[in-house]
This record gives sequence, C-alpha cells and structure tokens, in this order.
Amino acid sequence: MSSETKQILTTDGIPLEVSLKKAERKNKIKAFLLVAPLLFFLIITYVFPIGDMLFRSVDDKMVTQMLPKTFKAMENWDGQELPEEEVFAAFHEDFIKLVEDKREGKLSTQLNYTKNGFKSIIKKLRRKSKSFEEGNYKEQIMSVHKRWADVEYWRAIQRRAPEFTGQKYLKGMDMYVNEEGKIVSVEEDRRIHRVLWLRTLEIAFFVTVFCFLMAYPIAHLLATLPMKYSNLLMICVLLPFWTSLLVRTASWMILLQQQGIVNDFFVGIGLVADDNRPEMMYNKTGSYVAMTQILLPFMVLPLYSVMKTISPSLMRAGKSLGGTPFVAFWKVYFPLTIPGIGAGCLLVFILAIGYYITPALVGGASGTLISNQIAFHMKSTLDWSFASAMGLMLLSGVLVIYWLYNKIVGIDNIKLG
Amino acid sequence: MALPKYTEPHYRIWHYIYLTICGAVFFFLIAPLFVIFPLSFNAEEFLSFSDGMKRLDPDAFSLRWYKDMIYGTKNPWGLAAKNSFIIAIFATIGSVILGTVAALGLSSRHMPYKGLIMAVLISPMIVPLIISGVAIFFFMAKAGLAATHTGIVLAHIILGTPFVVITVTATLSGFDHSVTRAAASLGSDPVNTFMKITLPLILPGVISGGLFAFVTSFDEVVVVLFLAGLENTTIPIQMWTGLREQLSPTILAVATCLIILSTLILVTAELLRRRSERLRGINQ
Repeated sequence: MSSETKQILTTDGIPLEVSLKKAERKNKIKAFLLVAPLLFFLIITYVFPIGDMLFRSVDDKMVTQMLPKTFKAMENWDGQELPEEEVFAAFHEDFIKLVEDKREGKLSTQLNYTKNGFKSIIKKLRRKSKSFEEGNYKEQIMSVHKRWADVEYWRAIQRRAPEFTGQKYLKGMDMYVNEEGKIVSVEEDRRIHRVLWLRTLEIAFFVTVFCFLMAYPIAHLLATLPMKYSNLLMICVLLPFWTSLLVRTASWMILLQQQGIVNDFFVGIGLVADDNRPEMMYNKTGSYVAMTQILLPFMVLPLYSVMKTISPSLMRAGKSLGGTPFVAFWKVYFPLTIPGIGAGCLLVFILAIGYYITPALVGGASGTLISNQIAFHMKSTLDWSFASAMGLMLLSGVLVIYWLYNKIVGIDNIKLG
Repeated sequence: MALPKYTEPHYRIWHYIYLTICGAVFFFLIAPLFVIFPLSFNAEEFLSFSDGMKRLDPDAFSLRWYKDMIYGTKNPWGLAAKNSFIIAIFATIGSVILGTVAALGLSSRHMPYKGLIMAVLISPMIVPLIISGVAIFFFMAKAGLAATHTGIVLAHIILGTPFVVITVTATLSGFDHSVTRAAASLGSDPVNTFMKITLPLILPGVISGGLFAFVTSFDEVVVVLFLAGLENTTIPIQMWTGLREQLSPTILAVATCLIILSTLILVTAELLRRRSERLRGINQ
C-alpha cells in the first residue's frame, strides 16, 4: 500500500518527489550562483591571504634554504661538542655561495634573531673568508672569532634547521626555546608583549564598561521619549557615528592637550594649578577618553533597537502590582534589555580590542595596544612573520568573541543605524 | 517626559538626576565635534582659543586656513581629495553590485549553508582592521597591486560589502516575494523583474548600504596606510600624517568640511531609513 501512495506522478509521468527535488536543486544552484561572485572574491582576496598569514607566521624556510649543505652535514651531529670538520666545510661552502649572491647579511639578521652576537662574527667571517686556504676549514673558521669556536653558536644554527617553527608565537607571549630545548619566559623586565596583551584586554574591557554605563541611560531616554524629541536627540548619536574617525580623534587631541580646553576648564574652576596642568594625552587616559566617546554609538544603537521593542505597559504593570519603580525596572525592564546589552558589549569589545588609529595618536607609549605593535613590525622592523603571528593570536581571540556573539545574538541580528 | 503630579519627591529627584546624566552623556558625545568648528577660523597658528576669540573680536577670526587648504602650495589636500573621491566612488559601486547580488541569493530560502556563508561575507567587518590590513597587503603585494588605485579600490570593496549585504538582506526580509512571482507569471524574465520590480522596492536598503560603503572607504586609513604610495595619498592619510607630525589649523579646516559632509550623509541615510520603514509598513 505504502509504495503505491508514494508514487504520485506529475503530468510528465515523472514521480512528484523526483520532480520536486529537481526543482529544489535548481533553486539552490540559482541562489548559490548569486552569492558566488562575492564569495569567491572574498575567498581569493581575503580568506586566502589570512591563511597566507598563518603560513608566514610558522614559515622558517629562509635559513633552511640558505644553509642546505650545513644542515645535511649536521644531521649526524649530537650537539654535545663542537661539530666535525665535515660540518665546517659544508658551512663554508654554503657561506661562500651566500656571499656570491650578497645574501650573507640576511643570514646574519636571521641568525641574530635566534642568538645575539651573530651579526659581527658573520661580517668578520666574510672579510676573512676571502683569504681562506683549501682544507681544514674548522681551524680557519674558529680562528676568525672565538664565538665561532663556541658550541652554543653552532647549536643556535642547528635550531634553525626545521622548515617550520612556532617560535614567533612563543615570542608573542614573551617566551622562547632555550638551549636545552625547553620553553621558558624571558626575563621579567623584557616581557613587553605580555604587558601589551594585558593592557589591550584591560582597555577594551573598561572602555566596554564605560560605554555601557553611559549608553544605557541615553538609549532608555531615546526609546521612551516621544518621536519628535527622540529623533532630534538621535542626531547626537548618529552624527559622531557618521563622522570620520580621524576628525573625532583630532578633536580629542585639541581638547586634551596641556593648553587645551579641558585643562583650561580645570584651571578655571580651581581644580588644578595653572603651572601644574596634568598630562591627559599621550597616555592611557587619552586612549580611554577618546575610545569611549568614539565607540559609544556602537553601544547606544543596539541597546536602543532592543529598548524600542519593550512595551511601556510592562513597567506600568510592574508598578501596579506593587513594585517600586526600582524593583519594576530591575525585575522587568532590565532582563528584557539583556540581548541588547550582549550585542552592544560584544560589538564594542571586538572593536576596542583591535583599535589602532586612536591609541596611536592619543595613547603615547603607555596607551598603545597590540595592534600598534603589529603595525610597528609590519612597517618598521619588517618582521612580517612576527606581525602575522601576533595578528593571528589577536584574530583567534576575536573569533572566540564572534562565536559567542553568534551564539547569544545571532549574526543576522546585527542592526546598523 | 513630564512626571505625573502624584510622583513622590525622591523619585522626582531621581528623575532629574537621570535627565542630568543623559544630558551630560549627550554633551560628551556631540561637544567634541563642535570644538573644531570655531577653531578652524582661528587667525593665529594655535590650536586653542586666543583671547581675541574669547572676546568675539572679529579680527581674531579669519579664513586663512581654508585658503591654505585650497591654495596652499605644500598641501597635498587637492590630490588627496581627488583620490579619496575616486577610490570611494569606485569602491562603493563595486561593493553595491557584489553585495546586492549576494544579498539576493542569501535571502532566498533555498540558499544552502546560509549561516557559514553569511559568516564569511560579514567577516571583514568583524576582523580587526589591522589584521585585514596585513592580509590584504600580502595579497596586493603578490598580485602587484600595492600602491595602485586598483589595489585600494579592491581593498575597500572587501571592507564595504558586509555593510551592503547586511542592509540589503534586512530590506529583503520584509520583501513580499509574491510580487516577483506575479511578474514572472506575466511573462517578465528574471533580469527585467529585478530591474523593474525588485530593485525599486529594495532601493532604500541598497542606497543606505552604499552610503555605509562610501563612508567606510572615504574614512578608511589602516588598510590604506599599508597599501598607499605617495601617488595614492587620501584625505585620511593626510590627516593621519598631519596629526602625527604637527597639528596645523589647516587640518581643522579639512575636518570642518568632513563634518559637513558627514552631516549630509546622515540626513540622506535618515531620510532613506524612514522611507524604507514606511514602505515596509513598520511606521504607519
């Protein structure tokens, strides 16, 4: 019986089920074809390059390719005492080739990352190697500088043999692999990256808290005022939102400078002495104040859109049932706004954690964040693999938050303006 | 928000405290923008109010920084403005076309893997700009597009499309699909249906997405810092350099122009939003 009921045919004589599936597949392909141009564009220009960053951050082929014969010869070396003549000969051969290609400078930079002190001895080796005689390279290289006779330096070279390395990630956490192959932290006064990570988290967290505390009352006011007033006040939120980030940062630079308006005001009301104006810019205070004002609209807008949907009769009902306005607010209104709070806080936190422009301009040395460090390595030291590694560490943090955001609010619920 | 007459005194006080707090926050939000405006007319070379300005002495005000912005020989603002507009316009066109088409596909109920694809399409908005900057720089350097207008336009299309996708998908969520079926049943082909039926209805969403894309591109500095050469300098880059090196009042003149521009964009965006809400029947 059941097989007969399944066999409903369309007018063409094809089973309905098959025909429907075909139509469904056709629609799916149609929808996908519409999305495909953007999807492939983003995959090629954006997703792959982020993957490329991952590759760059662990890529350590440069030294491997510069010293191929040396690493081959080192395979039999146990690393306890100075290597045999065979290794020195191979190193000499590789080195001469590098000098011919004018690439020995790159080698010295790379090796210097692993162990300080390579720069000068490679320079010296280049000069002396011109007058080297054939054979007995071990003696000749060791006579160039006493560090060439130090087994530590040969071990440092050996550590660069693998094609891939996680050392950039360790460096981002102020750790390194020591001579015994153990992961250890650098000395306490050189842990700059940990300080930066903590500061980034701290500033992002407090900026989020400040934004929330300021945004909640005004979002509530905007949502409860009659339309004609709230539209007017909404401009105060939307105008900064649409104004260039640099313009807003510039205005904070004017306000917070030592001869600026905020300081003038403090002097005017007698809070500080004229000759003792506090430094409010080029430090953490600058970052806090400017970032809070710049990110505030991103907190107000989600809160507002949630509060707008809460019926005022709920509060009235709460009060009529005997709750004081505070109880009614806390037990009825506040829980209903939690989705908006989640959306606003996560949005602001995500934006704050990757902030670059404002801290660079008003943050000074004590107010810069991890993004500034990434930009520094991209533009100044040109250590792109390290910049990639730190970027990906930051990205993985953001993705966790993004995932939380999706769980709590849903990506489709992002509202703009 | 007048309080009813029977409100008890301590709630009345609390209410006024609340209004004061709100006023202070609004002041904090908007006041910094208005500092720039008078200072850009400063006759002197300082970035603080001179005594003459405080007395409203007409001699203390001048247009010299606006003249410097337009005619100043050392100032690359002209080139920067030209580049900024060219890049932003092309980036907007690209973002709007790619984003709208993708949004049409995404709002079809037949779309497979909707969540995953949406996450990929939105990601340039969520990933910190500095990381986008590094990644896009690596791509453009490999493709030979670093320090070209094309490279920057492509980069801004990447950053702008998420806004178009979001606004257009939102507009399409209230879209009555039976009208397109009606058009099809009357013999219209899909392209004709899109141009004559769908596009006019979703136009407010498309334009407001386009505005977001335009502003994103026009205001973008992090990615451009990695990509731009001397020839591709934009207004944000010039401002960034100026703010880092020396704060000259010329920057404030430029900033004033930018605030006026953003006011215009805000008004357009607001009008569009209201129109689209009216069309969708939210605000009857």
